[in-house]
Amino acid sequence: MGQDNTFDEMWGREDGLRAPYRSYSAWLEGEDPKRLRAKQREAERLFRLTGITFNVYGRSEAEERLIPFDIVPRIISGQEWQKLRRGIEQRVRAINAFLHDIYHEQEIVKAGRIPQEMISRNAAFLPHMIGVRPPGGIYTHIVGIDLVRTDDDQFYVLEDNARTPSGVSYMLENRETMLQMFPELFSQNRVQPVQNYPAHLRQSLAACAPAGSAERPTVAVLTPGIFNSAYFEHAFLADQMGVELVEGHDLAIVDGHVAMRTTMGYRRIDVLYRRVDDDFLDPLNFNPESQLGVPGIMDVYRAGRITIANAPGTGIADDKAIYSYMPEIVEFYTGERALLENVPTWRCAEPDALAYVLDNLEDLVVKEVHGSGGYGMLIGPTATKKDLAAFRRKLKARPSNYIAQPTLSLSTVPIFNRAGLTPRHVDLRPFVLMSPGGIRITPGGLTRVALKKGSLVVNSSQGGGTKDTWVLED
Amino acid sequence: MLGKTANGLFWMYRYLERAENTSRLVETGQRIALTRMGASDSEWRSVLQTAGVCDGFDMYHDAVTKEAAIDWMLRSRDNPSSVLSSLTGARQNARLVRTALTHEVWEAVNAAYMDATTLLARRVSERDLPEVMGQIRQRAALVRGATHGTMLRNDIYDFARIGTFLERADNTARILDVKYYVLLPSVTAVGSSIDNVQWETILRSVSAHGGFRMVYDNNFDPKDIARFLILDQRMPRSLRFCVRKIRDNLGYLVSGYGDRPPSWRMADHIERAFLSYDIDAIFSYGLHEFIRKQLTLLSDLGHQVEIDYRFYE
Repeated sequence: MGQDNTFDEMWGREDGLRAPYRSYSAWLEGEDPKRLRAKQREAERLFRLTGITFNVYGRSEAEERLIPFDIVPRIISGQEWQKLRRGIEQRVRAINAFLHDIYHEQEIVKAGRIPQEMISRNAAFLPHMIGVRPPGGIYTHIVGIDLVRTDDDQFYVLEDNARTPSGVSYMLENRETMLQMFPELFSQNRVQPVQNYPAHLRQSLAACAPAGSAERPTVAVLTPGIFNSAYFEHAFLADQMGVELVEGHDLAIVDGHVAMRTTMGYRRIDVLYRRVDDDFLDPLNFNPESQLGVPGIMDVYRAGRITIANAPGTGIADDKAIYSYMPEIVEFYTGERALLENVPTWRCAEPDALAYVLDNLEDLVVKEVHGSGGYGMLIGPTATKKDLAAFRRKLKARPSNYIAQPTLSLSTVPIFNRAGLTPRHVDLRPFVLMSPGGIRITPGGLTRVALKKGSLVVNSSQGGGTKDTWVLED
Repeated sequence: MLGKTANGLFWMYRYLERAENTSRLVETGQRIALTRMGASDSEWRSVLQTAGVCDGFDMYHDAVTKEAAIDWMLRSRDNPSSVLSSLTGARQNARLVRTALTHEVWEAVNAAYMDATTLLARRVSERDLPEVMGQIRQRAALVRGATHGTMLRNDIYDFARIGTFLERADNTARILDVKYYVLLPSVTAVGSSIDNVQWETILRSVSAHGGFRMVYDNNFDPKDIARFLILDQRMPRSLRFCVRKIRDNLGYLVSGYGDRPPSWRMADHIERAFLSYDIDAIFSYGLHEFIRKQLTLLSDLGHQVEIDYRFYE
């Protein structure tokens, strides 16, 4: 079923049905395609009713779109997951240690493992954070590690999301939808639950509260507002955690603490899970035009009176240029070899690498160092001559703005469409929570799927969909 | 609770109430047009007036026609009180305060909005009007049912109720304000068929037609109508009923928060004054003046609630 030599997670290469899909496949064979099609429509109705939509930037405010949901789950065996889990945990520990080091002694630079200019000239480096110790020593409270698979036992980390990874609400709602539509599947398969995520998130955030907080710290979610593309997720998480959803204009600094305006006056906040970028967090310290943040919050933060999750300045750890150093970073801080592999990466800032990239552009994927969401990216094998030429010019003009990677043959998982089961490329974003109490990884994560045939771009802004992700109890 | 959330709840429920009130007026207008001999498009001007949307209508139209009036009240985005605008406002506020709503309430509001955008995507033909109005009424009832059945009786509920009853009181008072002259004792007009149409419009506009009949049989008397809509304690849209509900809900906030702000004292004062009112006194004071005064008091009360509970910065 795989296309050319792609690894399909259900059917392998040519070797037939893989073990994790056995029970599901047997169920599927007994299903009437008509009923499945009706279920697919039912899923869409459920999503609309719940309001699981995202706003499209640059369109009228009324435009809310659904991220397409596919009813075929992506299934991972318990054993496979165990391996991934260890690798993710190691990587997240290393990222946190790296952030602490970068904003303190910079041992890794002194040891010559990372060039000084990678840090000092990096736009994601936040000088305000130098010497600041975040409460509990945690920088990255919530991390999303994007993984891709190319073979039975070959996973790569495609990118780390250490700022404000999104998508967890889809992970949760996808599962809810599946439970509602196909309850029998969950009696027949032992699928590890994901529903505890909001409770764990709250515990994890509360465990990072600054010294002197109440026994039950006050947590709030800070959203840019109702027109933000991820507003649904912000409201969803606040609701599920049972905490307030605040905007900048609900907050003020009162008696040296961050406080929210309630019907009974100002009330102190201990932990702020912010879904607002660093730059907009504090108009006094960063972008003075920002209406989304809280003037002076950085001063309260530096005084150790509020926890901001994730800490400001974590972007330096998920920058695509730093990404290429992750194997060194993991080794430097954990003393172990990285369990999860990086995709081989050429840093175009280096002349040899640039020369190689320019010579082999039609085989490579080129990404902007600070880009995200699949924008500003070149996929060599599918690009037109014109695109290639344009990118060549961009690369020569600003080489340090780009990295390049080989085009990976991403694994596929079948989706259900008019033709029945059809393979489509997928990636996986597991969600990680970190607190002084330890690291928690929700089994599975968000599977994004490129719905267009042959497409490798899974971003929702560019026609990607999602699937429920199962990790089986072995 | 955040001040912003209180504000959002207050307005979400005001808009829901407004959507219902406006759709009721459309139904009233249509019914009168169909059942009254000699009823003309001028009745629709009176309906627009009752809805308080006449000025806006005139800015966009040269003459009042039935089709234009119905469209203005149901669908127009230029009319902030149209059913579609109100439901959009209700849903926008519901998104804002989603964490304060139960799943059931959110889904009911969202479904009401989604249905309305479909039903009102195009001009509604006369043939489809009863069906469309029926569905909108049913959707609104579902939101109310979900609210009663699933929401905790706490400050969230109180702000929702205060919004509902302020809007409702305002609506009833506004209808009386526009139509007061019809209810004034006048030798020439009494018993004429014109007045009967007007009285029926008033009663139907606040869903009081059946209730009135139960209490007063079929004797339409302007004084009874005024008494019913202003002073009756059983009629859920009378001024007195609404004012008492507002006072009660502000009272629950007082016991919950342990603080007695100016808005509570205002509401208590307004409510208590009703004890001393009787309809003859109101007529001798001047029905129009009385209603105007109530409208001002309600509006001031709304502002004080905003201040007391920190709706804005």
